[in-house]
Amino acid sequence: MQLYATELMGAETYDDQGNFVGRVREFFIEPADQPNRVARLLLSRGRFQPLVAKYDQLATVAPGTIRLNCNERALELYQPNEGWLAVRKDLLDQQIIDTQGRKVVRVNDVDLAEQRMNGGVELRLTQVDVGLPGAVRRLLQGIVSPSVVRKLQSGLPQRTIRWEFVNLIEPDPLRRVKLRITHEKLEDLHPADLAEMMEELSAAERQGIIASLDEEMAGKVLAELDERLTRQIVEKLDPEKAADILEEMAPDAAAELLADLPRETSEELLDELPGQEAEDVRELLSFDRSTAGGMMNTEFVFLGETATRDEVLNWMRTQDLNLDSLDSVILLDSAAQFSGIVTIARLLMAMPEQSIGELKLEPLLSVQPNADEQEVFELFDKYNLRTLTVVDETQRPIGTIAVDDVVSRLVAK
Amino acid sequence: MNWKDISAKIEGLQNRGTDLQKRLRSSRKRIALLLAVVGPGIITSNVDNDAGGISVYTQSGAQYGYALLWSLIPMTIALYVTGEMCARMGVVTGKGLSDLIREEFGFRSTFFVMTAGFFVDLANVVAEFAGIAAAMQIFHVSKYISVPIAAVLVWVLVLRGTYRQVEVVFLAACVLYLSYVVSAFFAKPDWLEAARHTVIPTMHFNAGYLVMLTGLIGTTIAPWQFFYMQAGFVEKKVSVRQYPQARADVLIGSISCMAIVFFIIVCTAATLYTSGQRSITDAAEAAAALVPLAGKWAGILFAFGLLNASLFAASILPLSTAHVICEGLGFEAGIDHKFKEAPIFYWLYTILIAVGAGIVLLPNAPLWKILIFSQVGNGVWLPVVLIFILLLVNRRDLMGEYVNSTTFNIVAWVTAVAMILLTFVVVYTSIFPNAVGAAPPG
Repeated sequence: MQLYATELMGAETYDDQGNFVGRVREFFIEPADQPNRVARLLLSRGRFQPLVAKYDQLATVAPGTIRLNCNERALELYQPNEGWLAVRKDLLDQQIIDTQGRKVVRVNDVDLAEQRMNGGVELRLTQVDVGLPGAVRRLLQGIVSPSVVRKLQSGLPQRTIRWEFVNLIEPDPLRRVKLRITHEKLEDLHPADLAEMMEELSAAERQGIIASLDEEMAGKVLAELDERLTRQIVEKLDPEKAADILEEMAPDAAAELLADLPRETSEELLDELPGQEAEDVRELLSFDRSTAGGMMNTEFVFLGETATRDEVLNWMRTQDLNLDSLDSVILLDSAAQFSGIVTIARLLMAMPEQSIGELKLEPLLSVQPNADEQEVFELFDKYNLRTLTVVDETQRPIGTIAVDDVVSRLVAK
Repeated sequence: MNWKDISAKIEGLQNRGTDLQKRLRSSRKRIALLLAVVGPGIITSNVDNDAGGISVYTQSGAQYGYALLWSLIPMTIALYVTGEMCARMGVVTGKGLSDLIREEFGFRSTFFVMTAGFFVDLANVVAEFAGIAAAMQIFHVSKYISVPIAAVLVWVLVLRGTYRQVEVVFLAACVLYLSYVVSAFFAKPDWLEAARHTVIPTMHFNAGYLVMLTGLIGTTIAPWQFFYMQAGFVEKKVSVRQYPQARADVLIGSISCMAIVFFIIVCTAATLYTSGQRSITDAAEAAAALVPLAGKWAGILFAFGLLNASLFAASILPLSTAHVICEGLGFEAGIDHKFKEAPIFYWLYTILIAVGAGIVLLPNAPLWKILIFSQVGNGVWLPVVLIFILLLVNRRDLMGEYVNSTTFNIVAWVTAVAMILLTFVVVYTSIFPNAVGAAPPG
């Protein structure tokens, strides 16, 4: 039978002799042991110290009544334990992340299922209720009989989240470890989705999530977050962790983040970065934000224009390239000056022995780093560009501006 | 003077120049910092001066002249103390008041708070639209024209804007309260007398005076404003480090709100009280009576102030209510969401405006009874909300080092208990206007 935590809260509990033991006040899960099993029930007995029934001491469970398969004397006295997840205190009415629906939601009730074991039953947490049925149960529990509540709720639209898609939000790092809360599920989300959800949480909760994500994901999420929130988070992070995250970010994103920080903080973080990366970021920081230099990314793929298609593809396979955002490569002539760009599609369709210099796009477009952003926007608009190369005064490429950088600038206006 | 002296002098001048620049830059930076936080406190406090409030201030000036001005100082303190607790909670926990009630007191308490809050706020919305109707009648515009236009205006403003844009409009509305200041100057009051009464309390122990005093204080703090203010700070993502600025925002709000009340009372005291028109019952009547006494402009500005206040409160109340209910019960909320993402939020918002404006449009709408009902509702409701706030703000697990200090707790509880007692008096005298032998306030 489908059981609900709300209906079982306050249930009268009897031992194997039929003696009344106490009323259920809380369910505990021990995530270190089993992620979804109700491991312990807290039984309150008025002025006596509360007792705890373990999962293997349950005989039958029904709304309002629970029977144990042991004597009252076999039960242990209650000792609080930080490693136990309390259904009422930690779950009911709290916000969780629905990793499948990509939303922050509030828990109305928790659904449980009985699992028959030899000699008794175990309760398993199956899903959390975030819809109207749970709300109705919470409202009417103890006022209207459970059978009437069940009839009432059956007509209401369901909104539940399976337990395996529930991600708890716990700002306290020690408790997070004890409850085995990892954010692996969050790492499968798109960074932009996670960033949006984090905006709805409190500062401590946001901090907790960033701190427990791996550096790469944390960097991506920070790049997507509102700049004020990013600043708040980075300022509170341990500088070493912050530097690790920055290292995983693209230099332009890292520069953008650092530009928002107070000078001392950004200097401190830059000192933590490895040489090459720090140099790139410092260079980017030296450009005015509203110029081409302030928009560009210094990570790009450049090749000699005499190479053949096959040589290029073979070389690219050996490199650790970001394939999701790579849409063109930059060509250099023999003087290492910018000589054009080739889109990946053109590269694919070319003959194996064709030299890539023949594939480059006309006309040859580039900007200087001090060009105003307006000029950049106009070039993108006029030539329907996806990438624009930034060159220094000696015509050497120093970075590229991608269309998504342009879009974010325009949206921000 | 030799060359060395000159160059030293120039250097000194230059240094002073860069010094000045530096100071200018740092003060500009400080203002920018403040602006990033400012808003919720100032807006909320000023919305206190809504249609119902202005009516009470007008009456007190007309009936007792400057005699009640001294109550503004304790009122400013009460306003600040209660507002500051919410600002602090919002900044420290990063959660709205209804969120916190839900997480700490469970679903049923929250449902009760939300349902009761909805009806109390609805009564308030009706009162605001009644204020709009009254103000526009002074300009000879029928309520059948003014109220629907106002309703649509309010509805569109919020649905089409982002939080930032709406906040700017609201902050601008706060500036429009200055029309009362100008009105007061037109009235040529005795400033010295006004100042004396502000600092030195004068007590009269007759029933009418006491009722007016409680009425003044009772309308100053409305329960919904706590929710709005806290949500405002949360939505602005104000961090703990910016808490001093948030506190300044609340302080500026409380003082500016009370300053406006001062000018309203001074304006009516200098004209209506002095000329013996002491039985004025509402702000619209006062505006009309001001014309022969202080000139056309004083009357127009006074009426304009009422219109602005009512319109302002009418835009904030439905928004705040819808926000609070959705937050507490776990629906998507906030004007940064689209209609499809937060349907319940937008429906609540629309219903509040439609029903609020609709009731005022009923041909024989008992507007005056609604005004009383909304004040009674606020009065009954305020103690409940205040107690929730005091319980939450003292929780160390939520607030950490930012829990109330003992001194602050004493001030806060005294304020709370005083507010509770006073509002009971207001409620009692609203329901039984003849019980204390005073003229009914309307």
